[in-house]
Amino acid sequence: MKLASLFSGGKDSCLALFLAKKAGHEIACLIAIESENKESYMFHVPSISQVKKQAEAMNIPLIRQKTKGKKEAELKDLEKAIKLAKEKYGVEGVVTGAVESVYQASRIQKITNDLDLECFNPLWQKDQLELLNDLIKNKFEVVITGVFAYPLTKEWLGRKIDKKFIEDAKTLYEKYKINPAGEGGEFESFVLYCPIFRKKLEMKNKKIFGEKNSWRMEAEF
Amino acid sequence: MILVISICKEKLHELEFVKPIEEILRKGRIRFCTKHYRDLKKKDIDNAQKIIICGTSLRDNNYLEHLGKFEWIKDYKKPVLGICGGMQVIGLRFGGKLKQNTEIGFAKIRFNKAFLGFDGEKEVYELHNYYVDGLKDLDIFAKTKFAQAIKHKKKEIYGVLFHPEVRQKEIVLNFAEK
Repeated sequence: MKLASLFSGGKDSCLALFLAKKAGHEIACLIAIESENKESYMFHVPSISQVKKQAEAMNIPLIRQKTKGKKEAELKDLEKAIKLAKEKYGVEGVVTGAVESVYQASRIQKITNDLDLECFNPLWQKDQLELLNDLIKNKFEVVITGVFAYPLTKEWLGRKIDKKFIEDAKTLYEKYKINPAGEGGEFESFVLYCPIFRKKLEMKNKKIFGEKNSWRMEAEF
Repeated sequence: MILVISICKEKLHELEFVKPIEEILRKGRIRFCTKHYRDLKKKDIDNAQKIIICGTSLRDNNYLEHLGKFEWIKDYKKPVLGICGGMQVIGLRFGGKLKQNTEIGFAKIRFNKAFLGFDGEKEVYELHNYYVDGLKDLDIFAKTKFAQAIKHKKKEIYGVLFHPEVRQKEIVLNFAEK
């Protein structure tokens, strides 16, 4: 089936896309929503302007849709982008990286259902540690680009998701109930490499912003 | 051994509708094996102690064109739990009619009688474009405008229209451990 990937550049949307491709589906385009609202419940915000580099690395066309990020208006903007993917690339469905958020998943389900499109959520209800381990198993290279919860500090920025990261994430969960995969928005990630990238992305000119337990890293690739 | 049946047309949808059920069973240390309805053999059904028929995506109605593959349900004597599309299969096998109504997201439902350890008001996750109406030999244990939880009058055959793998996972465990 020809699919559009709802793509944020983070580990979940990239792993979902990878699984869809592995199952034999064609990814006809990526859809990236650029929200001006950094607190958006719907969309992962950091590093979105760098998604273009990932799209080039995968050789998949990218639809970029800006939104002010106001609650219902951002859904209209998402619908507009999905409709464009259907008209321009003839997609028959979308694939998303939704794991736990019913808020996010049910809104996407409503939009795709109204547009007569299939909706695939291959990470739905997936165990968070299993998800992190799958990234390593499938040779993903993922870095942390944002942390937004106590006791996470700027030292976590730029860390790669590896065995040591998973151990530390497990400890944070046991002590502070921080979701190991950052599902509650505790941290954000960016994929530098996965097996469908033709080349690995390198980070340059890293800049760090933030205070206390809220830090963000921006970089060029 | 519990037999988990997939009704998904697309293999990728099994990660969303079958695997979460398998995970609940795995965490509950309950033995199971999974088969697609197209590949079911008589011995799979005979060997199972219980059967769970999972749901599928909103727009996947392919299984409705192959209801003949589920003829065994009417004479089956052991426990069965049908989830969403699986409940529709059970309802249709017992003379119900398919009707269109879309529900997506959280909903509150009230169990008017104890159902697999559930009673009173519960929050559930809905994801369906159809439901079954005109159910014969099946009692309704919870409903909104239409049946949300059903059980056969005489047999251990259950159906839920909502998705317990998202909210109220205990329904699956209670069925498996009953």
